[in-house]
Amino acid sequence: MNKHYLYALLAVIVLFFVAYVGAEVFGLRIIFGVLIPYLAVIVFIAGFIYKVMGWARSAVPFRIPTTCGQQKSLPWIQPNKIDCPNSTGAVVIRMILEVCCFRSLFRNTKMSLEEGDKLTYRWEIWLWVFALAFHYSFLVVILRHFRLFTEPVPFFIQLLEKVDGFFRIEVLYDTIQTGLPGVFLSGLVLLAAVTFLLLRRILLPQMRYISLAADYFPLFLIFGIAFTGILMRYFTKIDVTAAKSLAMGLVTFHPTAPKGIGGIFYAHLFFVSILLAYFPFSKLMHFAGVFLSPTRNLTTNTREKRHENPWNYPVPVHTYDEYEDEFREKMVEAGLPVDKPFEKPPETLSDEKADSSA
Amino acid sequence: MNDKKWIIAGIVVFLAIFAFPFWYNMGKAAPAPEVKLTEKAKAAKQCVMPTEYMRAEHMQLLDVWRHNVVRNAEREFVNTEGKTFNMSLSNTCMDCHANKADFCDKCHDYASVDPYCWDCHLDRSKENE
Amino acid sequence: MSDLPKPEEMLKTDRRPSATGWMDTPVEIKKGIACYAGNPKSLEYVGLPNPRTWSCFDEDWQLPENWQEIIHEGLKERLERFRSFKIFMDICVRCGACADKCHFFIGTGDPKNMPVIRAELIRSVYRNDFTKAGKILGSLGGGRKMTMDVLKEWWSYFFQCTECRRCSVFCPYGIDTAEITIMGRELLNLIGLNIDWIATPVANCYRTGNHLGIQPHAFKDMIDFFVDDIEEVTGLKLEPQFNKKGADILFITPSGDVFADPGTYTTMGYLMLFHFLKEKYGLDVTWSTYASEGGNFGFFTSHEMMKRLNSKMYAEAKRLGVKWILGGECGHMWRVIHQYMDTMNGPADFLEEPVNPITGTKFENARSTKMVHIAEFTADLIKHGKLDLDPSRNDHLRVTFHDSCNPARGMGLLDEPRYVINKVCNNFYEMPANTIREQTFCCGSGAGLNAGENMELRMAGGMPRANAVKYVHEKYGVNMLACICAIDRAALPAMTEYWIPEVDVTGVHEMVGNALILPGEQKRETDLRLEPLPGVEAETEDEAKEEEADE
Repeated sequence: MNKHYLYALLAVIVLFFVAYVGAEVFGLRIIFGVLIPYLAVIVFIAGFIYKVMGWARSAVPFRIPTTCGQQKSLPWIQPNKIDCPNSTGAVVIRMILEVCCFRSLFRNTKMSLEEGDKLTYRWEIWLWVFALAFHYSFLVVILRHFRLFTEPVPFFIQLLEKVDGFFRIEVLYDTIQTGLPGVFLSGLVLLAAVTFLLLRRILLPQMRYISLAADYFPLFLIFGIAFTGILMRYFTKIDVTAAKSLAMGLVTFHPTAPKGIGGIFYAHLFFVSILLAYFPFSKLMHFAGVFLSPTRNLTTNTREKRHENPWNYPVPVHTYDEYEDEFREKMVEAGLPVDKPFEKPPETLSDEKADSSA
Repeated sequence: MNDKKWIIAGIVVFLAIFAFPFWYNMGKAAPAPEVKLTEKAKAAKQCVMPTEYMRAEHMQLLDVWRHNVVRNAEREFVNTEGKTFNMSLSNTCMDCHANKADFCDKCHDYASVDPYCWDCHLDRSKENE
Repeated sequence: MSDLPKPEEMLKTDRRPSATGWMDTPVEIKKGIACYAGNPKSLEYVGLPNPRTWSCFDEDWQLPENWQEIIHEGLKERLERFRSFKIFMDICVRCGACADKCHFFIGTGDPKNMPVIRAELIRSVYRNDFTKAGKILGSLGGGRKMTMDVLKEWWSYFFQCTECRRCSVFCPYGIDTAEITIMGRELLNLIGLNIDWIATPVANCYRTGNHLGIQPHAFKDMIDFFVDDIEEVTGLKLEPQFNKKGADILFITPSGDVFADPGTYTTMGYLMLFHFLKEKYGLDVTWSTYASEGGNFGFFTSHEMMKRLNSKMYAEAKRLGVKWILGGECGHMWRVIHQYMDTMNGPADFLEEPVNPITGTKFENARSTKMVHIAEFTADLIKHGKLDLDPSRNDHLRVTFHDSCNPARGMGLLDEPRYVINKVCNNFYEMPANTIREQTFCCGSGAGLNAGENMELRMAGGMPRANAVKYVHEKYGVNMLACICAIDRAALPAMTEYWIPEVDVTGVHEMVGNALILPGEQKRETDLRLEPLPGVEAETEDEAKEEEADE
């Protein structure tokens, strides 16, 4: 059971030392600073396209949205336009809410047995809160890093940094002073959220039961990314100019691997490379998959507008004629209308036999 | 239902955003700025601490200096080699590095860093000009 | 029933998962949970593979030698045919939001009944067979080989899912376990693994037009029996029409409501409604003996079987030359009609776009499929004041409404039945918000699990629904559970008897039948169940006694 998260943790620790020792001890800066990142990006892009096009190749034979509200039917009944979207526009709104606000997860409830015999379902918001915090802080962290990949740094990245660093958090004591360079909230939120999501998996028995190593691994990896990042920014410090020259070298195809940035940096970069390369082959593809989920991204006007099934093949059916042929006599006797008149078969004898045996 | 074109469009949009740094910097060579030293700084050979340390940790050092001066009224900084300095941005740092635009700003701009030193401290290099 | 644990015990079932991982916990096929295997004759009749006599409790399931290959190829084919399946195999993050949404997990406490694990049962094989990572990493990557143990697990847990889609409402990616179970059952059917409660109705429906195997003359007899009962209640002799060419509307409803109480009273309600409309407005509605089944157990077998059985609806509508089709109260029947029928067997260009000739309302939402739900139809009639109703005849009922899974989550039919209920009865109370509408709980017996041998499973699955009913019973004195599903009417009485015997089950159109004032009817002394109406009871009691004495 525990082997799942132990193996995942072990894998991340090993990855850390591979990069740290590789760059620090063996000086394999070109490998960890240039080759592996390039390789990771190529694998990510190719894998991403392969996976999504694989989904695109599969047919959508039926329109099977999950309706989460009143349908559009009679004109005087108020339909729920978002949760039971009748038009493409409404589907777009539903999808935006799903992708950007995790609307379905927002509904989450927790079942418990109360007063001995009452099943109750309470609103359970924490998973939603931390999931949202996790994804958005990760997004901000990624976008902020564009400052290292662009020259000049576009204004919206600078704006984002301003907003992210709005709270000037500085710790000023004689023994410890930190907060310079300015603290970005997103990094701390990311670390907190990923810790919550990890602990939830490890501590709750139900979660531990359903979790695979593939669930722990990305969490440990992202924890490692956030942790090494925060470590470098606020504690061990690195020469940012050198780091940027490496990053700029990558995106302008003039790769360099300057000195002066230590093992932690290469571990950070290696973690990110691993995450990128791992992405298309893992559950992380939910990022793209959520857009294609047929229970969410289709209109619910299934009786109003016909949906085509590309592989709708003919099937054997039991026709009315076959049915009437079998039951004609009984139908006529019961006064039911028939298409072909009933004629008694000539061998009445065998018929009687059949009757008596029945 | 033919939604392939939408899916491909989606992939293209995503990859365009993902590859933003590649096309944004296209055709630009943006080498890291070289720090320009004044004659005085060149002559001093070494800052208050070794260059490697200063490159990565100068903001931390300044933070400690500010704290010690403002909160503890201490003015003296003794470095690892036993040399003593007056803890002052304007009078010690900027004494050598009088060229703020070339010394400070170039790297700060490059790394998109906006230090708040100059919210209070005057940039004397401008006065000199 | 005697083997069932007591309700109090079942309620307190241990919901904590075992310490050993689910992959390392072998499946245990239990009496009371498992259903009996499909009758080989039924499989043979409709040409399903590998018909034989077998039992899930046997060691040897008598599978074809290459069964693993068949499953692998079947899996591959379905991944190409259904994007839903492929995506749901790939993107689950196991966040656990679905876990306690499943009535079977809440009821049985069996951790493999968490929707996420149910899907993982297939996903683990998918990873091993179709992804490189799964193959290399083995169980560490969440992959495993298709073995006999895995197959038995599939069989056990895909017949412990009612395809109710409740988990799909809460899943951040809309992963629908119904879709997974549908595929799982399709795959199982490829090697002859089915349950009799599905296979035999399928064969019956194919031959006689309905699940119960009622032949045409018997079908008419049964309806005639209701005609007699209605005569006893109203003094009017109804003349329902069968297989009538040129009728305005073809009416199709599940045969279960023709066969067993309390669904039969709902059928009586339909008969009275159609009689009323014929007498007052000249609307011509016909029943069909060929398309005498609204439900579709083919849906619980395979997409192909669903299409084969469903074909009769359009075929019969075409043969009879009706304008459009009206569908009775049923759950999965409406999922099939709403989301599948037009695609599978349409376009129904031989029918007219449905218009209610009495009110002039165009049912625009059914423009293409050309089939209208009776709750939509009746709500429209009531809204336009076209029905004469006396809701006080239902005053002895304190009613709550059970949204059936499929109309709720596969259609969005929520307010129409509520409108009708509110117009035909005076005491209506909703169950708690997290147990109704799109969050409704399953009856625990849908998707072909309404058998007798799996009663423990059914009662466990019905627990969340029953608990909510109990809540409104205690709070408001609710004594009647209304529903718009024939499976509900067959399943819920057993569920209420076990969990909350004070509450009875009714169809919405039974209440319509009770409230509907037919032209020329006698003063009603009983409801459709031939139980004396309160109020009139006092004055008629003496007469009734006299009558009895006379007889």
